[in-house]
Amino acid sequence: MEISVLGMGCARCNDLEKRVRDALAELGIAADVKHVTDLKEIAAMGVLMTPGLAVDGRVVSQGKLPSKDELKKLLGTCKR
Amino acid sequence: MPDLLKLLADLVVYRWFGLRAGAHLADALDFFIYDVIKILLLLTAIIFVVSIIRSFFPPERTRRFLGRSRGWVGNILAALLGIVTPFCSCSAVPLFIGFVESGIPLGVTLSFLISSPTVNEVALVMLLGLFGWKVAGLYIASGMAIAIAAGLVLGRLQLERYVEEYVYQMKVGSTDYIQPTFRQRANDAWVYTKELLSKVGPWVLVGVGAGALIHGYVPVNWLAKVAGRGNPLAVPIAVLIGVPLYSNAAGTIPIVQALTAKGVPIGTALALMMAVTALSLPEAIILRRVMKPRLLAIYFGVVALAIVIVGYLFNAVIH
Repeated sequence: MEISVLGMGCARCNDLEKRVRDALAELGIAADVKHVTDLKEIAAMGVLMTPGLAVDGRVVSQGKLPSKDELKKLLGTCKR
Repeated sequence: MPDLLKLLADLVVYRWFGLRAGAHLADALDFFIYDVIKILLLLTAIIFVVSIIRSFFPPERTRRFLGRSRGWVGNILAALLGIVTPFCSCSAVPLFIGFVESGIPLGVTLSFLISSPTVNEVALVMLLGLFGWKVAGLYIASGMAIAIAAGLVLGRLQLERYVEEYVYQMKVGSTDYIQPTFRQRANDAWVYTKELLSKVGPWVLVGVGAGALIHGYVPVNWLAKVAGRGNPLAVPIAVLIGVPLYSNAAGTIPIVQALTAKGVPIGTALALMMAVTALSLPEAIILRRVMKPRLLAIYFGVVALAIVIVGYLFNAVIH
């Protein structure tokens, strides 16, 4: 599973990355988390509002900072 | 309900703390507690409602919506949508690209870009709580007027060639949109409300505290003379001071409080606040990635001018 946090370095984007890592650790899932800061790459994925979150290239959330529980649910279902 | 809050504040100050009514400190504290509770309640309610409304306008849909509207209707819709769609300034660039790419006119895109940070629900609540509905109403109306007027003017100037070329060549992907249930909307709204409250809460305390302190302790001073009604240049000077500064709307309210308490007219104080929130150096740096220097300069110039006009209008209307 490859997870991308999409954001050009704003505070909420960094919060999201941290929360994603926490959620993964609690779920016991090993996954690649990368933080995409390149503007063109973000727009190409269709994310107009940061922070965005993509799992295996598919955007699952944008423009919001989901709670850790939501992230766990989201990442848990993506895994299956 | 406000009377209930008054009772609560009185209970805390005069009963629990055992302070004497009529004493200066006790009354200031009573005022402080009353205002803080009132504003926090208002904030919770309004942010929650705005978040629910926002969930009906994800960027993808906003884009389609604005792409279909023609002429000045587009500017008005863009300004309205900007109110319910706050974004952190770093989102300005992807949004800008997404709008331009889908064929939304530049002027309409700019109306949205101006209204979103300028008309802010947190500032609205603070103004409502601290200055009353008249000032709050004028704040929304003037913020929208600035966004619409500036967008219309900028749209007429044929500035498209001053947008960085790559923006027109970008291919913005599409995301599949899953219609959320009402439960999900409410849940998201609540998560966001909590996030925002924890961020602006301290500012509310500072803002109300500054107000309570200044009420009693600051005598008439030089600020009222320098930036008061007697100085016709006070509004443009306030805007010039505000442009390079950056803060979110909640952070500027204490300053507005302090200034107005010291005799600066509300229009001048609000012009400063709008200049701080709508135009800033960090925003210029971010927007420079999609706008050539010339467009950036014209954009800042037109918005600053609009804020100055609204500042004068406020000063003329509210005494």
